[in-house]
Amino acid sequence: MKRKVHHSIFARWINGIIRNHKAAIGTLIIFFFIFLAVLGPFITQDPTAFLSTPLTPPSEKHWLGTNGQGQDVLAQTISGARQTLLVGFTVGISVVLIGALIGGISGYYGGRIDDLLSLLINIFLVMPGLPLMVILASWLPPGPATLTGVLILTGWAWNARVIRSQMMTFRSRDFVSAAIVSGEQNVRIIIIEIMPRMLSLLASSFIGASIYAIGAQVGLEFLGMGDVNTITWGTNLYWASNDMALLTGSWWTFVPTGLSIAIVSFALTLINFGIDEVTNPRLISERVWREKIPKDTAVNGITPVVKTHE
Amino acid sequence: MNQSLKYLLRRLGFYSVAAWAALTLNFFIPRLMPGDPATIIFARFRGKLKPEAINALRETFGLTDEPLLGQYWSYLKSIFQGDLGISIAYFPEPVNGIIYSALLWTIFLAGTSLVISFSLGTLLGTIISWNRGKKLDSVLPPVLAFLGAFPYFWLAMAVLYIFGFKLGWFPLGHAYSQEVTPGFNISFLASAAYHAILPASTMILVGLGGWMLSMRNTMITTLGTDYITFAHSKGLPSRQIMLHYAARNAILPNFTGFGMALGFVLSGALLTEIIFSYPGQGYLLLQAVQAQDFPLMQGLFMTITFAVLAANWLVDIAIIFLDPRTRK
Repeated sequence: MKRKVHHSIFARWINGIIRNHKAAIGTLIIFFFIFLAVLGPFITQDPTAFLSTPLTPPSEKHWLGTNGQGQDVLAQTISGARQTLLVGFTVGISVVLIGALIGGISGYYGGRIDDLLSLLINIFLVMPGLPLMVILASWLPPGPATLTGVLILTGWAWNARVIRSQMMTFRSRDFVSAAIVSGEQNVRIIIIEIMPRMLSLLASSFIGASIYAIGAQVGLEFLGMGDVNTITWGTNLYWASNDMALLTGSWWTFVPTGLSIAIVSFALTLINFGIDEVTNPRLISERVWREKIPKDTAVNGITPVVKTHE
Repeated sequence: MNQSLKYLLRRLGFYSVAAWAALTLNFFIPRLMPGDPATIIFARFRGKLKPEAINALRETFGLTDEPLLGQYWSYLKSIFQGDLGISIAYFPEPVNGIIYSALLWTIFLAGTSLVISFSLGTLLGTIISWNRGKKLDSVLPPVLAFLGAFPYFWLAMAVLYIFGFKLGWFPLGHAYSQEVTPGFNISFLASAAYHAILPASTMILVGLGGWMLSMRNTMITTLGTDYITFAHSKGLPSRQIMLHYAARNAILPNFTGFGMALGFVLSGALLTEIIFSYPGQGYLLLQAVQAQDFPLMQGLFMTITFAVLAANWLVDIAIIFLDPRTRK
């Protein structure tokens, strides 16, 4: 019985995502980039080889020109996706897991535990992230592991806070009280009863955290805090700026990477909008109303969207 | 009012704990890193620094032979005396002096951009939520969301390339031109403002979308409440309803976000400053990192943290005046 309920929540959810245009487009773009990241390096020219005069503009031989080291920019952009996306999504998942653990415990148990954990969460929230990351990264040996660790440490608190407040509203709902009365164990209630109902929040937290991780990671690497010998989107920009891309007018060395980052983040944002539209009851009712009521019948400039809930 | 004083004191208590946590983190990070910090630091500077410089460094870090607790104690003591140690890159200048002038530039740049982007974004959010479904409402949010998807510093690079390099309308960097003398005179102020336009506008552009969207969301909920319908049926002019009835209430969450945003804005400012070679905290931090000037780095981290905490407390105070519910 219970499993069936969860199944239908999940199925409705997936179904909604597929039918929602924003989410569908976003997902397609993300899959395209993952595909490029996995297979791309086998198709392109060697991204590390010296192929032509440094800083040649785009041509037939090098579609996006060459960078300051005479390497092919297209190849660099494609193979840069690999580590950037890997670190981004790894941080995204870890941050949500830690957030669910700490926020979940804090919100479910309340009391002293909550006081202590919220204090911890709030401290990490007010501490400025980037300076802390820079300090940490400058002490640790450069590389993807350091980046991942530093990004997790500075990024988990936001998710923990959101999940905590969601957990608190669930905690006071009848089905949880019923489960407690019927003698279910707390851990079981959290994992089996509550977490599946938080799926949309967890999913959008994961996406939000991945956007943050990609942006912050690129920023750190741009500052030279990553391993500058690997090829990532961040180090591409680091070298572009080190090789005076701006002062020589070589726009092709930094535009492709920047656009890729922006497109990936935007696609992730689209998925998040989509998830929101599919699972947020207020927006669902909004959509229902919009379909039922012809345009321009709004009373006093207010669309009757949020006013009534059927 | 008594209740709100208690609230403010509780917040102050929290910020003190947060400040203490930052201080402690700052102390333990170098000591928890793999290997002996003293050897790591001094290995880096062998041959570059005179022995007396190395000794000064040792003092600064408290990396003496004292036990850890004793080191921690003398570290805290020197911080409270306002002594952040001596810079390695600018040896023998003390860290506080270097940070102070950089801090002023950052507050000027980041502060102005934050205020402009907050006011403009909130106003735009109010307007588009009032005209829902109209042209502006369907164009602005996706465009700004797309702009917000670019990394802060990348947008800055693009703007610098187009307006500074290609068109030559704005200077390529620095906070004021070489010809003017810093001080309270018109030519210096004009030069500083002129140099701030490009970096500030990139920061405004990136921040705008967030303020606008969150204002739009709260406005939509507020517009659906009964007191707005009542205001409409009373026949009040829509402008008055929009600004004095709806926006006034809907702005509160945005205002709370203002404090939280400070940290992000300072981080963004860090990168923007680096692109524009703007002599603020961010530019200084990069130089400190490149020179492996650890006292300066840690001093910067601390001042930035303290600035964010202080600003958050100011926002707490402002909220008490703005939101009567907190005064009960």
